[in-house]
Amino acid sequence: MPVQVDRSRPIADTRIFGAEESRRGYRINKFAMSLARAENREAFAADEEGYMARWELSAEEREAVRERDWRRIMDELGGNIYMIIKIGTVTGHGLYQIGAHQRGETYEEFLATRNASGAR
Amino acid sequence: MARIVAGIGTSHVPSIGVAYDQGRTGEPAWKPLFDAYEPVKAWLRDEVRPDIAIVVYNDHGSSFFFDKYPTFALGAAELYPVGDEGWGRRPLPDFPGDAAFSWHLAESLVYDEFDITLCQELAVEHGFMVPMHLCFDHDPGWPVRTVPLAVNVIQHPLPTAARCWKLGRAIRRAAESFPDDLRVVVLGTGGMSHQLNGARFGHLNPDWDNEWLDRIEADPAALAALTHQDIMEQAGAEAVELIMWLSMRGALTDRVRRAHRNYYAPMTTGMGLIALEDGA
Repeated sequence: MPVQVDRSRPIADTRIFGAEESRRGYRINKFAMSLARAENREAFAADEEGYMARWELSAEEREAVRERDWRRIMDELGGNIYMIIKIGTVTGHGLYQIGAHQRGETYEEFLATRNASGAR
Repeated sequence: MARIVAGIGTSHVPSIGVAYDQGRTGEPAWKPLFDAYEPVKAWLRDEVRPDIAIVVYNDHGSSFFFDKYPTFALGAAELYPVGDEGWGRRPLPDFPGDAAFSWHLAESLVYDEFDITLCQELAVEHGFMVPMHLCFDHDPGWPVRTVPLAVNVIQHPLPTAARCWKLGRAIRRAAESFPDDLRVVVLGTGGMSHQLNGARFGHLNPDWDNEWLDRIEADPAALAALTHQDIMEQAGAEAVELIMWLSMRGALTDRVRRAHRNYYAPMTTGMGLIALEDGA
């Protein structure tokens, strides 16, 4: 049976969303998933702290959301991009802004690395 | 019997849907993508003429979350509503299903040892919808009945590339044992190279993508032998969703005729397209 994810060959600057990440990120991803409902988006937009208090989030997780610290959410807190993007949508941060932050670049710097940044 | 008459491998990047909804398909940065699908639409409408489209896709946090995330899930409804994955409902018509055909697929697949989750209610999202509106006109409604087939490609352990290929083989056997004469097209969606997490966000590998396009047509067994690690190292962590193209290719015979092919990588994802006629 070939090894599908070879932990002895880590890929630089990459998180592979598996057991460790999904368990660590369960709370913040569940919170993010809640924003797939319009009434929850409205509740979050109206009162971020109040809405976050309804979920089982750690102080660290709440802080990372408050600070829009996408790199920390993704690298340290087990965020899954397909869930975390829902927080981005409500707070006005698209996928490419989240990506630029993960790369440690400004949005403009990141766009300058693309082949045709009009396609966004 | 139902016959698999064609297969399509296609990107399902969500920004394509946004550009489409905003009427930006003719903009210079988007035209190379959208123009490539016009002949595919005509080919489907005039030559392939499918009754059913089986769409192999993944759910990105629309109908499924990590509380229960199925490895393989098959829609078995008469209608699949447009879902809300965090930015509201898109202005597309809901998708007609064919519950009888789906239940036949389910029975055949399960007895063929593919233990799928069967879904009688399933909202669909960009992984399913973007390929559909790229390939089919839909005013006022969709010209085909659909079968959503969702694969876990977002939470490891994922099914192997070889397993997805074998699923395609099983889909072909299932279709061929259906009593009604139906023409079926299979869409394998996702990819190509991309990575959305970590400082490697934005990784692209156009050479690898184009080799995949060559091989999915002529040497798919070589792709089915790849590990997730192989794909992720070369093409990015999220590129692993390309294994869903193997379910499309596995549903076709060894010999195919390529009708269309395109590749465009404007932003963070290699947007690939291949359209294959079966048994040519």
